[in-house]
Amino acid sequence: MSEKKTKRRDFLFTATTAVGAVGAAAVVWPMIDQMNPDASVKALASTEVDVSSLTPGNTLTVLWRGKPVFIRRRTQEEIDEARAVKMEDLIHPEKDEDRAKNPEWLVMLGVCTHLGCVPLNDKGDYNGWFCPCHGSHYDTSGRIRKGPAPWNMEVPKYEFVDANTIKIG
Amino acid sequence: MSNHDYRPKSKVGQWFNDRLPLLTLANHLTDYPTPKNLNYWWTFGGILTFCLITQIVTGLTLAMHYIAHADMAFESVEHIMRDVNYGWLIRYIHANGASMFFLAVYIHIFRSLFYGSYKAPREIIWIIGIIIYLLMMAAAFMGYVLPWGQMSFWGATVITNLFSAIPLVGEGIVTWLWGGYSVDNPTLTRFFTLHYLIPFLILGLVVLHIWALHVPGNNNPVGIDIKKPSKDTVPFHPYIVIKDGFALLMFMIVFAFFVFYAPNILGHADNYIEANPMVTPAHIVPEWYLLPFYAILRSVPDKLLGVVAMLSAILILAVLPWLDTSKIRSAVFRPLYKQFYWILVADVLILGYVGAMPAEGLYLLIARVATAYYFLHFLVILPVLGFKEKTLPVPLSITEPVLGGSPNLAAARNKESKIE
Repeated sequence: MSEKKTKRRDFLFTATTAVGAVGAAAVVWPMIDQMNPDASVKALASTEVDVSSLTPGNTLTVLWRGKPVFIRRRTQEEIDEARAVKMEDLIHPEKDEDRAKNPEWLVMLGVCTHLGCVPLNDKGDYNGWFCPCHGSHYDTSGRIRKGPAPWNMEVPKYEFVDANTIKIG
Repeated sequence: MSNHDYRPKSKVGQWFNDRLPLLTLANHLTDYPTPKNLNYWWTFGGILTFCLITQIVTGLTLAMHYIAHADMAFESVEHIMRDVNYGWLIRYIHANGASMFFLAVYIHIFRSLFYGSYKAPREIIWIIGIIIYLLMMAAAFMGYVLPWGQMSFWGATVITNLFSAIPLVGEGIVTWLWGGYSVDNPTLTRFFTLHYLIPFLILGLVVLHIWALHVPGNNNPVGIDIKKPSKDTVPFHPYIVIKDGFALLMFMIVFAFFVFYAPNILGHADNYIEANPMVTPAHIVPEWYLLPFYAILRSVPDKLLGVVAMLSAILILAVLPWLDTSKIRSAVFRPLYKQFYWILVADVLILGYVGAMPAEGLYLLIARVATAYYFLHFLVILPVLGFKEKTLPVPLSITEPVLGGSPNLAAARNKESKIE
């Protein structure tokens, strides 16, 4: 008999450890996953907004999933300014045409991509938004131009249900 | 250590102690030989124990009246302040107690830095201390969220968003921490649970911290190993108990001043406005005890690197015993280290100051220089100093310099005669 022969005891030891590890993982996962967004939070996934009262050059802020959403009805100058920017000047290059399908309407999460503060309207070096927390400047397309934020303000999924109603989410 | 052959005097005591040796433990704690030259900087361990117990007792009583729900939390805190009997007192002790806790812990940490208490054989005591410090910051942060004011809400938003800097999984982690798509009720309830849990974890670690301390015994201002027990030591009780008790009374005067005369001076007025997810306060600043790290975070222009720098600033302390290459513990015998020590103290105070100021212009420049120096101190100055520095002769015992015969004493006398 060779010394290295696998014995019944070795098999039982390995099998017990393996089943124990799988079992422990199976119990730990529900404990971790319970902290993720629950069904009631996910159920509030979309919201409809009446934008008929919004005049050009003004912004409406609505709450969606606990976060502010900026709905900006842009003036022609703002659109021109946003569309004239060269891609190489951008920290996070995105065309204004892609961010605002209908150029008059800019819809985006009013959340600074640095650490989540709400930027202020009509402020900053680029006539767009300015975050008071750590000094990020956004342009009239909500794109990051200066400061610590790494990305442009996020454009959520939205659509015009009719001429005066936007559905976010 | 102290005598293992201890036997209680009474029959009942012996019967109990044979079954559970608690009286042996009590005897060890009272007889524990302590260096006789410990100064008042050594009293902050006792003060910190007092702070922890104060926070646990006041926290338990506040939890009887507080409601952890986004719609009711703010009001329930006002209810505590206005309606609950002595609620104002308990809450002000708890809120200012956090600041007092950090004041004491910073003195405790800087005492270790000055006298080299983190060096062999006390590395484990030091590392447990750093873990306690991290848990204290977590507990303080989550506790600050509970009143659900504007600073609570936006502080929670900014701090949890630090995790979004992690590549790939960052956003998922933040959503998981929030239990939603923003800081909201699920965030509040879990923060309350963890805020309740952490102090008991700290309590357990404090037991380990003291246990690890009692293996080699206390460091001392001279920083030399001493024989225990010997003429260099005194028993913990009554000598250290009385000294700690007196220092604690002095500390409580400061504590009481804040509680009774300036209970809101360390807080922010914005936190008396209920949380509003639509409006960020114009100027978000953390509590004073986190400001140096906040300054480091903001001094780096890149989001991920800023977070990395901030965490490194804390975690670098855990490897300090291996960064400091000097064999001599106490700064008393390290003329160069002593100067760098005070520069570091100034550097941290400057970081704290600029952390409270807006991150622009001159403040930003100062923050960057101070951040660079902070890391320079630990990563370059300390390792090099251990090899280059010419240290002063160290006495062989605590008693020696007092009774004469020490080379250091001779040096001291020389100095005196020169002055004359």
